[in-house]
Amino acid sequence: MKAKIDVSYVAQLAQLELSDEQTELFQGQLENILGFIDKLTELPIDQEPAAHGQRLSASLRQDVVGESLSAEAVIANAPAEQDLQIKVPKVVADA
Amino acid sequence: MIGQETIVSLKQKFASGDLTPADCITQLYAEISSGDAEIGSYLNCELDKALEQAKNADLSLPLGGVPIAIKDNINTLGETCSCASKYLESYRAPYNATVIEKLLAAGAIPFGRTNLDEFAMGSATENSALQVTKNPRALDHIPGGSSGGSAACVSANLAVASLGSDTGGSIRQPASHCGVVGLKPTYGRVSRYGLVAFASSLDQIGPMTKTVEDAAVLLEVLAGHDPREATSIDEPVPAYTQSLNKGVQGLKIGLPKEYFGEGIDPQIKTKILEIAECLKQQGAEIVEVSLPHTEYAIATYYILAPAEASSNLARFDGVRYGHRSADVSSIDELNVKSRSESLGDEVKRRIILGTYVLSSGYADAYYEKAQKARQLISQDFDEVFANVDALLTPAVPHLPRKRGENSDPLKDYLEDLCAIAVNLAGNCAISVPVGTLGDKNLPIGAQIIAPHFKEETLFQVGSAIESL
Repeated sequence: MKAKIDVSYVAQLAQLELSDEQTELFQGQLENILGFIDKLTELPIDQEPAAHGQRLSASLRQDVVGESLSAEAVIANAPAEQDLQIKVPKVVADA
Repeated sequence: MIGQETIVSLKQKFASGDLTPADCITQLYAEISSGDAEIGSYLNCELDKALEQAKNADLSLPLGGVPIAIKDNINTLGETCSCASKYLESYRAPYNATVIEKLLAAGAIPFGRTNLDEFAMGSATENSALQVTKNPRALDHIPGGSSGGSAACVSANLAVASLGSDTGGSIRQPASHCGVVGLKPTYGRVSRYGLVAFASSLDQIGPMTKTVEDAAVLLEVLAGHDPREATSIDEPVPAYTQSLNKGVQGLKIGLPKEYFGEGIDPQIKTKILEIAECLKQQGAEIVEVSLPHTEYAIATYYILAPAEASSNLARFDGVRYGHRSADVSSIDELNVKSRSESLGDEVKRRIILGTYVLSSGYADAYYEKAQKARQLISQDFDEVFANVDALLTPAVPHLPRKRGENSDPLKDYLEDLCAIAVNLAGNCAISVPVGTLGDKNLPIGAQIIAPHFKEETLFQVGSAIESL
């Protein structure tokens, strides 16, 4: 798995826009980091993957309505709001 | 100086009537106002709210009237929770984290928001987008990170104690660099509800204090099951303070050879081995042990943590809260521009790295491989803890470097060498100050690691080391 990352493409997948300087800087730095990470290829692979350090089991709770934040409390942090609703630019493109 | 007090000594002053909680807050605020200009550990302190709480403080409660500084990535109702990011600079928390509710229920006063690396990503606090924090013991050196503000305020006697969070050493490393006690509890011991998520399978909140006893007092309050947090575990909370000052007679303590080899400052190694010798003289059995997959820990962490971060930080989209780019015409543009304008370079790097290791064609090679490596690292600890009660290691491989000296992210990642495997395996660990080194007297910490839910052992060994 020799590292070859296309930083501008992956940034786009991550909803990030980079300047040309950033792209160039990150390209070198991330190749360096991925080169280091490639150390893992040495390891045997007949292990079960672990999502946590502990063997946690799925934690279920009763399906009942609990307390939640009020609309006012939530909307207080919204960058733009109207009538207790969050305002955003048009979501559906013109035909 | 209020800031010189410990939790235990402050409670005695309240109990004897020498000091009231309101005077304590007023004086501490004055001390912070004059003393923190040079250190930069706090982002802000809300005096009026704290004074109100102090006036109503119930001194019969375990932390009645005691101010605790809070890392600015833990939600406290009505206060900032900036994560030291431009993105969340103007955000005000609409609810209390479970640890804040527990502090309030125990009578404590959450007071002051401390600086950190942006979204807790870093080990020098130099990735804060809001402020520089200096090491109080040597101002031209880093305080460590990411809980650099929480370590520095305690070290500079500008706080009685604080809370930090630890994903890959972010409590223990700054504690070591600043000469304070820092504890990362077992994964699941303390609820993460209300902690802004960085890498959810690794994050834990923990205390940063002047003494091991204070850490035990605080953990007793913070620990416990939380139905709102699915990974918090329903285990009884022991009376941790009863584990203090019991000596180490009969304990078997392992020295993992991988933590004393390449990459560790020989002076630090010598100091920790001296500590081991002292513990041996006090009746502990010291044995060399091996955690053979330690060398894979950093690589494993820098796949799993960025992968989880790339997913967790997708919520910062400019829609519901936080920075929104002006002058955008579509929702996609709003999303991309809001993130790109307000997130710092290290955060962007980790999001990109995480997105890459999870992307189609690479997820098996990186992400799944790392999860398998995590299993091997966990098994190392399980096997070793079948034979020993605790492990003793350096908390950090090197003394704190100078501020502004490193621009290579990978080099900073390698500084997490002694801390990261513990997060991957979910164990608990504490860093206890063991003196200073060099002509600048830079602090170093000894790390004690214990099995899951054996924090008592950390306090037992930690208090023994503290009294050497």
